[in-house]
Amino acid sequence: MANDVWVYIEHKDGGIAPLSFELLGIGKTMANDLGSNVCAFVIGENVGDIAKEAFFYGASKVFVVEGEVFKGFRSEAYAKATTFLLDKYKPEVALFRATTQGTDVAAASAAQLGFGLCTDSIDLKVDGGQIKMTRAAFGGNYSVTVVNEKAKPQIVTVRPKAFAMPEKDTSKSGEVVKESFSVAEGDLNTKVLEFIKSAVAINLVEADIIVSGGRGLGSEDGFKIIKELADMLGAAVGASRAAVDSGWISQEQQVGQTGKTVKPKIYIACGISGAIQHLAGMRTADCIVAINKDPEAPIFKNATYGIVGDYKQVVPKLVEKFKIKLNK
Amino acid sequence: MKIVVCIKQVPDTEAEIKWDIPKGVLKRDSIDTITNPFDEFALEEALLTRENHDGDIVAISMGPEKANDVLRNALALTVNEVYRLTDDAFAGSDTFGTASVLAAGIKKIGDADIIFCGKQSTDGSTGVVGAEIASILGYSPLTYVSKIRQIDAANKKIIVERVIEGGTEVVEAKLPAIVSVIKGINEPRLPNLMGIRKAAKVAIPEWNAGDLGVDKGKVGTAGSSTKVVEIAVPPPRGAGEILKGEIEDVANIVTDKLIDMKVIK
Repeated sequence: MANDVWVYIEHKDGGIAPLSFELLGIGKTMANDLGSNVCAFVIGENVGDIAKEAFFYGASKVFVVEGEVFKGFRSEAYAKATTFLLDKYKPEVALFRATTQGTDVAAASAAQLGFGLCTDSIDLKVDGGQIKMTRAAFGGNYSVTVVNEKAKPQIVTVRPKAFAMPEKDTSKSGEVVKESFSVAEGDLNTKVLEFIKSAVAINLVEADIIVSGGRGLGSEDGFKIIKELADMLGAAVGASRAAVDSGWISQEQQVGQTGKTVKPKIYIACGISGAIQHLAGMRTADCIVAINKDPEAPIFKNATYGIVGDYKQVVPKLVEKFKIKLNK
Repeated sequence: MKIVVCIKQVPDTEAEIKWDIPKGVLKRDSIDTITNPFDEFALEEALLTRENHDGDIVAISMGPEKANDVLRNALALTVNEVYRLTDDAFAGSDTFGTASVLAAGIKKIGDADIIFCGKQSTDGSTGVVGAEIASILGYSPLTYVSKIRQIDAANKKIIVERVIEGGTEVVEAKLPAIVSVIKGINEPRLPNLMGIRKAAKVAIPEWNAGDLGVDKGKVGTAGSSTKVVEIAVPPPRGAGEILKGEIEDVANIVTDKLIDMKVIK
């Protein structure tokens, strides 16, 4: 029990983000190496179904804190409940996804417990009983491995999609431990007045496929061509800083050092030269396809497949080929 | 209103980074530095807030002497006061150590209503120091803020928009609050020549661990719980394949290769 691996399950208003359970896979591997168990914890209002689903992805026990005060996602209340759980059970390590929600809760809990944490980890290993956490720094130009010898639990946020999603097995079940913990409304400094749902259909961070555009698109209209390919592939639309700064697409879509870090299986970069700040956000994609008119563009040094040409001709051609081959 | 803004000097994003590998720390003295790009948005938001609500802005930075450059830039942008938080004991602080020192600085300034900071730095990129400061001080944590809708200084309230997964949250919070801002919240202004000249002459006050009442054993390399054990240059991506030939053939090849990955459904 004392050296268990705990995983924070992300959700919002009972709606489960598709990748909420992804950390149970690496959690299980770490628990095996530590000779312990992987447990999940869920905070919210009416989260029984989410707790059950955590067993399908490998949790051996699920800890639940429920209450009206936890309705929706409230970072402050969730951090207090997390601090309570981690302080009470003192697992070896607690894993959070390095999303806005996961980072908020992890950071506030670590500070309340009085120690540092490792953020945005891209690799986790148990080495002689010690947990080694690797993260990218300086725009991915360096990888830094850290250990946390003084903190228990060790708190880690993990880059979404850094590890494979575990297989789902609906025959699995286990023990749900309900904890009675509450926060008085008056003890909270913040209140969510409203949630405005994003107009963007597919979240960049969760996407398996991203089609991105840069300065080389030449104008806002270029994104219409990009979007056609993205729609065909069920992909998210991304952009470089140049395209965002030109006002062609929203800041929410920016990939890179001052935008989002993504790890899709396929990243198709159209009219993107490949500045280091952009590469920082996408260089860990499994497969990068670069389309650019300039054969000297640095993106080609990082691309799995490079196509030297005008995206206005290449992208519609790809759409045409996919249409035939995928029977769409 | 008393506004505090936390700023950090970071290596120029174009600069070559050098590490002191045995110590696991960055060799900051040999690198061109700039104000962390996210902190420029924090500074601008502080200036806009002062324009709308009066008050004073105090900018603080934790760092070695070179951090004076970013504080001078803040002075040139007309912030009212600056302090550099510096002590040999602060070197090598992890996120909690850094947040503890900044929190001590904010407490020493006293009576702050709003503390602005950037979402993250472009060097360490941990993105948690703002949330940790809020947690340490018990102030309202407002992270990923994309817009300030309203500040009610008399009733000590603020309403902001913050971008989280799946959309935007409108949050009302009590002041004091830590507001960490994202790119796009504003267009940072540039200092004018007169401001730069004036700022160049100002002596920048320093606060050390003793001034701040910070326990040296709890910050820096000594106090940090996380320790760097290895720094490596990630292997370069394998040399890619440039697909040459007629567009028809190239499109055929690449679509086949992508379909073979079994990711496209």
